[in-house]
Amino acid sequence: MITQAHAAYPETLTAVPRATLGAHVRSYLARLRGGEMGALPALLGLLVLCAFFSILRPNFLTAGNFANLFTQGAAVVLIAMGLVFVLLVGEIDLSAGFASGVCAAVLANLLTLQGYPWYVATLAALATGAAIGLVLGFLVTKVGIPSFVVTLAAFLAFQGVMLMLIKGGTNVSVQAAPIVAIENRNLPPLVGWLLAAVAVGGYAVTQLLRYRNRRARDLATDPMSMVLIRIGSLAVVVGVGVYALNMERSLNSLISSNRGMPVVVPLGAVLLVALSFLLSRTAYGRHVYAVGGNREAAHRAGISVDRIRISVFVVCSSMAAVGGIVAASRFSSVDARTGGSDVLLYAVGAAVIGGTSLFGGKGRVVDAVLGGAVVAVIDNGMGLMDASSGVKYLFTGLVLLLAAGVDALSRRRALATGNR
Amino acid sequence: MSETPLLELRGVDKSFGPVQVLRDVAFSVYPGQVTALVGDNGAGKSTLVKCISGIHGTDAGEFLFEGRPVTVNGPRDAAGLGIDVVYQDLALCDNLDIVQNMFLGRERRSGLVLDEPAMEELAARTLAGLSIRTISSLRQHVSSLSGGQRQTVAIAKAVLWNSRLVILDEPMAALGLAQTAQVLELVRRLADNGLAVVLISHNMNDVFAVSDRIAMLYLGQMVAQVRAADVTHAQVVELITSGRSGSLGTATTNDNGYRSTGTRGAEK
Repeated sequence: MITQAHAAYPETLTAVPRATLGAHVRSYLARLRGGEMGALPALLGLLVLCAFFSILRPNFLTAGNFANLFTQGAAVVLIAMGLVFVLLVGEIDLSAGFASGVCAAVLANLLTLQGYPWYVATLAALATGAAIGLVLGFLVTKVGIPSFVVTLAAFLAFQGVMLMLIKGGTNVSVQAAPIVAIENRNLPPLVGWLLAAVAVGGYAVTQLLRYRNRRARDLATDPMSMVLIRIGSLAVVVGVGVYALNMERSLNSLISSNRGMPVVVPLGAVLLVALSFLLSRTAYGRHVYAVGGNREAAHRAGISVDRIRISVFVVCSSMAAVGGIVAASRFSSVDARTGGSDVLLYAVGAAVIGGTSLFGGKGRVVDAVLGGAVVAVIDNGMGLMDASSGVKYLFTGLVLLLAAGVDALSRRRALATGNR
Repeated sequence: MSETPLLELRGVDKSFGPVQVLRDVAFSVYPGQVTALVGDNGAGKSTLVKCISGIHGTDAGEFLFEGRPVTVNGPRDAAGLGIDVVYQDLALCDNLDIVQNMFLGRERRSGLVLDEPAMEELAARTLAGLSIRTISSLRQHVSSLSGGQRQTVAIAKAVLWNSRLVILDEPMAALGLAQTAQVLELVRRLADNGLAVVLISHNMNDVFAVSDRIAMLYLGQMVAQVRAADVTHAQVVELITSGRSGSLGTATTNDNGYRSTGTRGAEK
C-alpha cells in the first residue's frame, strides 16, 4: 500500500505541533467567522428561549414541565434524527410525518383491531417503515423522480393509507403495556443515575482512549484540557438533567409518585449514540457524507451512490416508524392526526435549526436533538402562555425560516471565505 | 529507460454514432517518464483517456499492459491494473477532510470501525514522501485548500493507492504561477519515483518543463510520439494545429499511424 516513494523521502509531516487550549479556541473562533456555525445557533436559541419563557411563565421552569419537554418532543426528535440522513445526501423527505402515522396505524391496527401481541405489531410497524423507505428511495434513485415530488405524493397517499388502516379515521386505542410505558412510565431514580453514569463514563473512556492512541502514534490531538472540558460538560448536562427528572412531579406524592426518567429518554439516547456511531465511525457514514458533498467524486471513488441514497430513505422512514410508535404511546391511541399537521415541519425544523444543512453534506444526528429541543421549548412555552394555535404556528414558522436563513447565509459566508 | 512500455495501445478506433473520434491510435506510456498528451480541442484527448480508464469501450484495437494483452471493460478493470485518472474538475468532496478524501471508497477499518489513526499516518507518510509541505493540517476540510493544494491532494491520493499509471487531465488549469510550479514539481517527482505519468495540457511551457515524451493527437489520429528533446516548441504547435511538421506527422503516414510517425524509432 505504501509506494517506494515513502522510503526515499524524510517524514516531514509527522512532527505535529501540540495544540494548546488557547490555539484550539482561536481556531474554533476562526471557523465560526468562516461560517462554520455548527450547533451554536441552536444552543444560543435554546438558552434565550428558556430564559424568555421562565421569566414570563414561572411554571415553565418546573420539574413537571421539564419532563413534559421530553415526552412532548420525543416523536419529533426521533423523526428528525432519521431526516438528518436524508438531508445529508441533499434530498428531502416530506412524507416522514405521515410515514410515522402509517406505521403507528399499522401498530394500532394489528394490536387492537386484530389482537396480535405487542412485539409482533411493533416489528410490523418498523418493517413498514423500512419498506416505505425502500420504495421512496427506489423511486428517487432508480426512477429518477426528485425526492421533493416523490415524498410530496407520498405525503398525500400516506394520509389515505392511514385512514384506511384505522377504519376511516376513528380513534383506535393502544393498550399494550410495553408500548404505553414508553411515554407514560418512568425509570426508578436509581436506574436513571446508573444509566447516566454509564453514558458519561463510556464517553469519557472513548475520548481518553482516543487521545492516548493518537498521542502514542504522534498524531495531532485536541489539547487534554479540551478533552476534559468536553467530558465535564457532558457530565454536568446529564447530571442536571437526571437530577431534574428524578424530582417529584406529582402534586400529592402520597397518592401517586411521579418521578424518574421517562422511558423514552434512554430509548432516544441509545438511538442517538447508535446513529451517531453509524455516521461518524463507519465507512457507511463516511460514504453518506461523500455522496452529499460531491456525488460525482463519490461515484468515482467507487461508492455505490444509488445504494447510499436508497439506504438513507430506509433509515429515515424506519426512524419515522419509531417516532410513530412513540406518538401512539404518548396518547395511548392512534387517530387521523397522528404524524400529521405540524409533525413533519417540526421535524425538518428540528434538523435544520440544529445545524443540518438543507444543501447536503453537513449535519449530525445530535443536531436533531438540539434543534428538537428548541422546537419542543417553543411549542411548550407557547402553550403555557395560552398562545392561540395561530400564533404558535406563526412563531414556529418564523424560527424555521430563521434557521434556514442562518444555514444559507453561513454557507454563503463559507463560500466567500473560500471555506466551502 | 525501459524497453517495454507500461501501457501500449495499438490501432484503437472509437466512434460515437457516425462520428469517428479516434482513428487507429497508437499510444505508449513508459514507467518513470512523463508522457505529455497534447492536441487541440476536439482532437480526442479526453476520449482517449476515457478509453484507457475504462469509461468508454473501444471499437477496435489492442491494449497491452507490460507487454501482455489485457482487456479493460470498465473503470474497475483499469483501477485493477493500477491506472488512475486525476480529473481536472477535481474529484474531491469539499465537506470531507484531506485524510477522508484520500481514503474515500477504500477506508481502512479495524472491525466495523474506521481506523482513523492508521489512515492519518499513511496519508501523512504519503504526502511527506512526495515532499509536500504546503499543507498544515491533514484534518482540514478540502474546501479550505487552495487550488494547487487540492490538486496536490488529488495526485497524492493516486500515489497512496499504488497507482502505476497516473493520468492527469489538465492539472494546471485554473492555477496560479506558483501553484503551477508546485504541481509540475510534483508531476516530475511522481515519474522519478517510477510511476508512468500521462499529462494532458494545453500549455506548451508546462509540457516542455516536465515531459520526457510528447504524443500529439490531431483530429483523432496520433500524428507523432516523440521525445521531448527531439522537437521544438514550434514543431509541436504546428503538429497540433495542422497535423504535420516537416518529416513528422500525417505527411509520412501510410494509413498506419503508429509505425509511420517514427515514434518507435525515436524512442530509445
